[in-house]
Amino acid sequence: MSANDQLIIFDNVSKFYGEILGVNRVNLQIAPGITSLVGPNGAGKSTLMNLMTGLLRPTRGSISILGIPTDHPEQLFRKVGYCTQFDSFPRGVTGREFINSFLLVHGYDRKQANDLSQLAIERVNLVDAADRKVAAYSKGMRQRIRLAQSIAHQPAVLILDEPLNGLDPMVRAETIALFRKLASEGLHLIISSHILHEVDVMSDRVVLLNNGYIVAEGNIHGVRDEMEEHPMQILIRCDQPAKLAAYVFAQDHVVEARLHEDRRGLFVKTRDADRFYLLLNRAVAEGQVNVESVAPVDDDLSAVYQYLIGTTGGSA
Amino acid sequence: MPSGWGLWLRQIGAIFRLEIEKNFLSRRSILIYLIAFLPLFPLLLLAIVTPPGNEWKDFNQYSVIYSIIYNSLILRTIVFFGSAWIFMNLFRGEMVDRSLHYYFLSAVRREVLVVGKYISGLATSIILFMTTTVVALLLLYFPHFYSQSLRYFTEGRGFTQLLTYAGITILACVGYGAFFLIVGLFVRNPIIPALLLYGWEWLNFLLPPLLKKVSVIHYLNSLVPVPVSEGPFAVVADPTPAYIAVPSMLVVTIIVLILAAYRIRHMEIRYGSD
Repeated sequence: MSANDQLIIFDNVSKFYGEILGVNRVNLQIAPGITSLVGPNGAGKSTLMNLMTGLLRPTRGSISILGIPTDHPEQLFRKVGYCTQFDSFPRGVTGREFINSFLLVHGYDRKQANDLSQLAIERVNLVDAADRKVAAYSKGMRQRIRLAQSIAHQPAVLILDEPLNGLDPMVRAETIALFRKLASEGLHLIISSHILHEVDVMSDRVVLLNNGYIVAEGNIHGVRDEMEEHPMQILIRCDQPAKLAAYVFAQDHVVEARLHEDRRGLFVKTRDADRFYLLLNRAVAEGQVNVESVAPVDDDLSAVYQYLIGTTGGSA
Repeated sequence: MPSGWGLWLRQIGAIFRLEIEKNFLSRRSILIYLIAFLPLFPLLLLAIVTPPGNEWKDFNQYSVIYSIIYNSLILRTIVFFGSAWIFMNLFRGEMVDRSLHYYFLSAVRREVLVVGKYISGLATSIILFMTTTVVALLLLYFPHFYSQSLRYFTEGRGFTQLLTYAGITILACVGYGAFFLIVGLFVRNPIIPALLLYGWEWLNFLLPPLLKKVSVIHYLNSLVPVPVSEGPFAVVADPTPAYIAVPSMLVVTIIVLILAAYRIRHMEIRYGSD
């Protein structure tokens, strides 16, 4: 088995809808764990997922998932499960029939299909409603039964397009825990979301998309480091914030120093966090200030998003 | 899990069951029942009330009467539009419902999907339209000439005729089914090509012999046991012998299905634009 058989690989992939750009020149390698695709509506998240699963075909470039090209569904979907955003179902089915019928299409025999359906239904906590018609489900239940359908055949790669939409907070937390568990079992989870808080909580790494281009990728902190041209904000709690402001502002990598409202802290925006921390150490050593605490205030995805895309990303 | 043919057959079976359930038990299937059994209503009426006219009193005329009913109503209209509804909906209906992607996200070759869906459409149309064909024939004969009809269908030519009409209906389902399957895959609004083909099939009697062969109805008419006059303006052409008509229809159907499989293999799911 080659190293590529463990990865999801996009090789110079572009997708155009006529003259409209879907995604452009995507080069990406995704390892096991939870990878979030983040970006505003229309950024190209769903396009990327549909390309990964062969629902769309790239205009240029190629994609392989664990070594399997995406135009071989008979091999691909032995290893891949995809929970799309399409909130539609075959007519008249119950939740269990919905999962069961497509397991039979996969080629499982009745007993295997029944067992796998039951397991998937249990994993999404939908046992009580499994034998009711999907048409009578709430939005959250429909989301969960689609999630169950995508994991029922126990794939190695799970692709989830906005999987937390419509879930109440409790189910949301359970679902995130399920994703974490699946990732710990060695699965690839590719999750798209524009709810940054959730991405922050569950992702190992992020891929930021905007207008069809990958703007940045890596783990959240790694992405932050990539943005050397974008300042990072740090809050320093100390006894003399005004004096510290004057001390640090002379440095070329510090772009802003602003007093906290309570006058007991200083917000510093720096392009080079490492140099700033050295500077701060020196100030403390020289007895310029007494520091209570130092904390990056925006080293989360929202800040990354804001810096890179120029928007806060909205919420659900 | 089996592999190769064993797996494909199992998958075709699963697709077949799913589709058959949809075709026969969904709300949408009410329309197809109505279309399929429409010819039985006037025949039921005829069973109760015998119309005036000598032809209705002559047993030998009934084979001609049935041939007219079969040709103009059952074959050209009921089987035609019924097949259009069933086969166009196999893929187009799922695109409208936005549920086709569930098949595309299953570990099944898309060619297998085409075969499974086509066979399910074929089974549905054959069951419905063959029932109509057979019941219509029996409904025409038995209420008026019970004992003669019994002898005709058990000892005479009646049974052979019944089998021939049933066979023509099956062949019509095969041919029209393949045509409408592919139309549903390539055309966003399949009604227009369906109406164009309907017109072409009806005007077939006016076409020169060579063009007649570019139709389904020509081959089906060639097999009808009791030929019906197509009127004074008809361009007469030799019927195609059964040993050519049947294989020709089957070969064309296979070619169309290969085309459909190619189309499905390369199809993208973009419900918004479909």
